[in-house]
Amino acid sequence: MIAIVDYGMGNIRSVEKGFLKVGADAMVTSNPKVISDAKAIVLPGVGAFKDCMKNLDDLKLLDTVVREIQKGKPYLGICLGLQILFTESEEFGICKGLDVFKGRVVKFRFPDDSDLKIPHMGWNTVMLTPPPPIFDEIPDNSYFYFVHSFYVIPEDEEIIAGRTEYGLEFTSMVWKDNIFATQFHPEKSQELGLKILKGFGEFANKA
Amino acid sequence: MLAKRIIPCLDVRDGRVVKGVNFVNIRDAGDPVDNAIFYDEQGADELVFLDITASHEKRKIILDVVEKTATDVFMPLTVGGGIKGLDDIRDLLNAGCDKVSINTTAVNNPEFIKAAAERFGSQCIVVAIDAKRVHDSRFEIDQKREIPAWLNSSTELNQRLFIFNPSEKAWEVYTHGGRRPKGINAVEWAKYMEELGAGEILLTSMDRDGTKEGFDLELTRAISESVSIPVIASGGVGNLEHLYEGISIGKADAVLAASIFHYREYTVRQAKEYLKNKGLPVRL
Repeated sequence: MIAIVDYGMGNIRSVEKGFLKVGADAMVTSNPKVISDAKAIVLPGVGAFKDCMKNLDDLKLLDTVVREIQKGKPYLGICLGLQILFTESEEFGICKGLDVFKGRVVKFRFPDDSDLKIPHMGWNTVMLTPPPPIFDEIPDNSYFYFVHSFYVIPEDEEIIAGRTEYGLEFTSMVWKDNIFATQFHPEKSQELGLKILKGFGEFANKA
Repeated sequence: MLAKRIIPCLDVRDGRVVKGVNFVNIRDAGDPVDNAIFYDEQGADELVFLDITASHEKRKIILDVVEKTATDVFMPLTVGGGIKGLDDIRDLLNAGCDKVSINTTAVNNPEFIKAAAERFGSQCIVVAIDAKRVHDSRFEIDQKREIPAWLNSSTELNQRLFIFNPSEKAWEVYTHGGRRPKGINAVEWAKYMEELGAGEILLTSMDRDGTKEGFDLELTRAISESVSIPVIASGGVGNLEHLYEGISIGKADAVLAASIFHYREYTVRQAKEYLKNKGLPVRL
């Protein structure tokens, strides 16, 4: 069973429905025991980094999530679930993250005369560098749905699995061993998004 | 490159699509889920459900519609209409909707947008602005304005927002489907809504809505250039060139249309191919 972590932020129903659609066994939970027993963890969510960390802390889930990731349990982070893997975010001063990966989360900044809007909202392409195993059926430069104002800058470039261009080239996906995380929303990215969820479900089954 | 979005809009009343797609290969033209699947297959970038249910008792039906749609369709879903409180937003998000579009409640109480953005995140708070061009000469006489109570106090902000001295290029904010002028300058309103935490603007020209004459490009551009959040242009689309103009001249980030897709004048895919041939980035 895949545990979809519910910490009160964002539309997690779509993630659950996505896994059900591709025939994966997934359930929404905020119970540390269920998360520890699960075969894999999915951490979705949109909104503020600080609230995300605080809610996970209030629910006593921070330690559980970090421990399970470090034990090698398959992890899929979506949007905030990608950002909180890093050392810190510059949102509202400096906010500490899980520090699973070294790096920072920073805000898009464009000159005043730029046409680029913030948040980065809509469909954009992902250049795979190199494609992770859960991307077996995904062509390079496919479109995925994004909605975010912050992006990650990993210190270790080896973990970068995808890049996207929006005013600059930013890291839109990371992958290392059991950890996959996307800045975009597979659960909102139609057929190709569902293929990623399916790929992760299969990876979790083999793990 | 970020693609320009094409967004079909479905009017839903009492859980049924009004003016639904009249296609042979759609099972039930009034079923919102069937309509959503139809547009999903055509490659729509997002969907908007505008809930026009009049009776308060039947308002919960939209939650069921969202729930069922989100089971089969995996793309961003926005619901607008009748959102009065934070609980309404929470219920919609929990049902599987991604964004809510708010007009009247924002006009009556702008602080609601701030509260909603703080609670749920700006990314899911769309402010819908229905705007109509103000003609200087007619301004005094032809309008029975419903000025919101908060706008009556004479603060610097309110002087900025109040449309008491319209130039030729001013647009006024309306509620109730373009029937009630509110005395608010639409461009300033858009900026204020961004300040309070709106994540996107859904802009409808009430002069053009239903005319098939194309967007009010001046209005679209004035607002799109005044805010740094995405703007969805709406109201008046009659052909594919109109979509192109809304993006190229109006500077819109996304275009919304209803009738050209419902009455199968064009498919979403045809619209995207047209824009692509004109050199705009679209997802095909």
